[in-house]
Amino acid sequence: MTLTVSMTVNGKAVSRDVEPRTLLVHLLREHLGLTGTHVGCDTSQCGACVVHVDGRSVKSCTMLAAQADGASVTTIEGLAAADGTLHPMQEAFRNNHGLQCGFCTPGMVMSAVDLVRTNPDPSEHEVRTWLEGNICRCTGYHNIVKAVLEAARTMRQPAAAE
Amino acid sequence: MTTDGIGAPLRRKEDYRFLTGRGNYTDDINRPGQAYAVFVRSPIAHGRIRSVDTADAAAVPGVLTVLTGADVAADGLGGLICGWMIHSKDGSAMKAGAHPVLAQDKVRYVGDHVALVVAETQAAARDAAELVAVGYDELPAVADTAGARGASSAVHDEIADNTCYQWELGDQAATDAAFAGAAHVTTLDLVNNRLIPNAIEPRAAIGDYDRGSDSFTLYTTSQNPHVHRLVLSAFVGIAPEHKLRVVAPDVGGGFGSKIFIYAEETACLWASKRVGRPVKWTADRSESFLADAHGRDHVTRAELAIGADGRFLALRAHTTANLGAYLSTFSSCVPTYLYAPLLSGQYKIPAIHAAVDGVYTTTAPVDAYRGAGRPEATYVVERLVEVAARELKMDPAELRRRNFVQPADYPYQTPVIMTYDCGDYEASLDKALDLADYAGFAARRADAAARGKRRGIGFSAYIEACGIAPSAAVGSLGAGVGLWESGSIRFTPTGTVVVHTGSHSHGQGHETTFAQLIASHLGVEPGNVEVVHGDTAQTPFGMGTYGSRSLAVGGSALVKAADKIVAKGRKIAAHLMEAAEADIAFADGKFTVAGTDKEKSIQEIAFAAYVPHNFPGDLEPGLEETAFYDPVNFTFPAGTQICEVEVDPDTGVVEIVNFVAVDDFGVVVNPMIVEGQVHGGIAQGVGQALCENAVYDTGSGQLVTGSYMDYRMPRADDLPSFKVGLTVTPNPSNPLGVKGCGEAGAIAAPAAVMNAVTDAIGQEIQMPATAERVWRALAAAPMAAE
Ligand code: FES
Ligand code: FES
Repeated sequence: MTLTVSMTVNGKAVSRDVEPRTLLVHLLREHLGLTGTHVGCDTSQCGACVVHVDGRSVKSCTMLAAQADGASVTTIEGLAAADGTLHPMQEAFRNNHGLQCGFCTPGMVMSAVDLVRTNPDPSEHEVRTWLEGNICRCTGYHNIVKAVLEAARTMRQPAAAE
Repeated sequence: MTTDGIGAPLRRKEDYRFLTGRGNYTDDINRPGQAYAVFVRSPIAHGRIRSVDTADAAAVPGVLTVLTGADVAADGLGGLICGWMIHSKDGSAMKAGAHPVLAQDKVRYVGDHVALVVAETQAAARDAAELVAVGYDELPAVADTAGARGASSAVHDEIADNTCYQWELGDQAATDAAFAGAAHVTTLDLVNNRLIPNAIEPRAAIGDYDRGSDSFTLYTTSQNPHVHRLVLSAFVGIAPEHKLRVVAPDVGGGFGSKIFIYAEETACLWASKRVGRPVKWTADRSESFLADAHGRDHVTRAELAIGADGRFLALRAHTTANLGAYLSTFSSCVPTYLYAPLLSGQYKIPAIHAAVDGVYTTTAPVDAYRGAGRPEATYVVERLVEVAARELKMDPAELRRRNFVQPADYPYQTPVIMTYDCGDYEASLDKALDLADYAGFAARRADAAARGKRRGIGFSAYIEACGIAPSAAVGSLGAGVGLWESGSIRFTPTGTVVVHTGSHSHGQGHETTFAQLIASHLGVEPGNVEVVHGDTAQTPFGMGTYGSRSLAVGGSALVKAADKIVAKGRKIAAHLMEAAEADIAFADGKFTVAGTDKEKSIQEIAFAAYVPHNFPGDLEPGLEETAFYDPVNFTFPAGTQICEVEVDPDTGVVEIVNFVAVDDFGVVVNPMIVEGQVHGGIAQGVGQALCENAVYDTGSGQLVTGSYMDYRMPRADDLPSFKVGLTVTPNPSNPLGVKGCGEAGAIAAPAAVMNAVTDAIGQEIQMPATAERVWRALAAAPMAAE
């Protein structure tokens, strides 16, 4: 038995027939070929799979594709501008060496973007608390935190970012 | 001339693809017609396999094959090997139990691979795997490191005492004599807790057999694709080496766990020929916990003998090291040659003796994990020194200073193999004391006490042996391989550069660092240098990345290749500018003729090399050179970490309030990347000290900490921002002057943290110092003296 799910992914309407047990992350990776969203665990702990569903960060391994029916989903592939210009959060990760192996990075970036949406001027403590659901084994979080704080500053004053 | 060469904090070339979701990790790769593999794993720690019934599984729609140990035996597939021979002190060879790709007659740990299901979809393979019926006659588990030698049950039938080797290093008689005459002896019983590496990318493999060319391709999460190919060919017998290509694409962290040749990728290759389709396997995290090689797991009695003048006289350690159920690829050398030779630390210790019993248990194999042996050694030395200072009522910094090897002592021969070639341990200690505001600690401690908290400070003055390693040296110690590295530099006709390295990047940023190195040596922009790694079909044979060796060994190979490029370029320049070769100088990317204003850029030379319209007959076209570099010594990064903690006695929670690391890595190519390596290492070391702990139930042998719910990874809110500093003594033993930076943080941090915690609570406690353990310790001895 399959069911049809339809949603907008990175601005494009998509529709696929999937098994009911299909997770959103599997729809993205296997049916849509969007392999930027990663799977790092099987207990909803690591955050490698974070995407935005209707603008809010969600662990896509913890949501059925069917639950995202009708939603607007943004993955890491959809964050930069169409011309390839990086989102300020991506740019800040790059400036501050906020990534090493890159595997946790898509989830980290998507989660951090949602933090700054809800809290435009977070403290270091607030950044660390927010990212508690995203595990990074490489960076010790030091440069990730630096990056998120820098991005928040940039995003508060977009004109000054140039 | 580029300003982005050696010493520049250049942003990484690899980041754009990772930040935009365009990385290419193994699980992102899909081959046409691929099938999916799921392993049937042992649910018990130890038992004889009575029967394996695959009929129900094979009947599941979509199942292509179900393979068992009997099929492995029928196909004559070789077992997995350990590449380092250790001899016991009586001269006998280590006892290596067989390690079949699928279990033959016994299972030896929870997660041991028993059968393999290959199906059209992963879901079908999973469903079928549940239907493979395995009958076991259960045997007692052997899960306790210290008790393994005396256990009633033998993990390998032929090794009755569960002992792989009883190894020793150093002069026991001299050491015992020094202890007999010591004014003070400090004794500690230390547990170096077992860890699970947990790279965030789980291991994965695609085996792809091509019938047309009778050749195999393996895409896998490897830190050393050539070593994978060599072992899979020469020992497992999958295919001749030239018929096997191993690709390790983007790899999401390794920390040692992706060095090893495991059953899973081996089985995928083998199965792909049997089913005539590519076979893909991706571990889920639960499998990573069960079946990735674990790290550490030592139980040690350690003693330090000190003279009346506060000088160290001797050190001895007796360690039981858990090797797990089977010997993993390099496991045997980790608690021996990567451990005991570091027991001299940064100090002059005239006599050292280490005895190590390597034991089998019914647990996952234990092998190298970030630092590999050196964190265990540093933990022994630096805990002993700190506790000795407390017992002698001396300042711990002062006691260290009094015993440091001094710059005038190099080369310094320790009593345990190593010859330290350079360093300045007081310089890094002094800088760390300054960054930590050591002078202000007493006031901060008093302030904490006034708030009902207990503050502690701890040091760790570590040394490590990296840049592994001189082939002759490791060969004499039992290594089955040489530990040189390769590199090649290929100019294109338009003057851009493709670099191939035998090392592998899985987060370390080689694509940037090596481009900077080439930029500095050949005067090209880093943006015009592409670094290729991780594909045996493209790169020269190389030993891969581990032991902080990539820059010291792989980078040195590239320097050698660059020297050859310049030598060849000089010949071409001499021809083009009608000068004698001896009169050609090279600097900043330009060949010049001495005493004239004639010059040719290296790009012009490259063009001429490929368009050699008027080359004389003895001048070869092309501009491409390969070099192999075998190091002349280990490298010895060293430094001091200082950790300050605050403990809440009501909850037992340990908060790290300050963490300082000052390291001497020799010359630094990219300081931004180097600092990042330090941060990540510290986090892993803090994780070991405060929260990570792999626990097997001693009765059942079940892994109790089998997921992120039970195995506590350090998270962003567990850690502070770190204060990182550098001192530099250029390494005289390689052309770059570098030492390696990948492991320092993980090596030094556990001792620094535990020295701080035990200082705060006034009593000994074993890692990890979880809130519960600290609270219990304080509840039992609330008024312990400071
Ligand atoms: S994959 Fe780990 S939380 Fe989703
Ligand atoms: S960069 Fe490797 S896990 Fe975060």
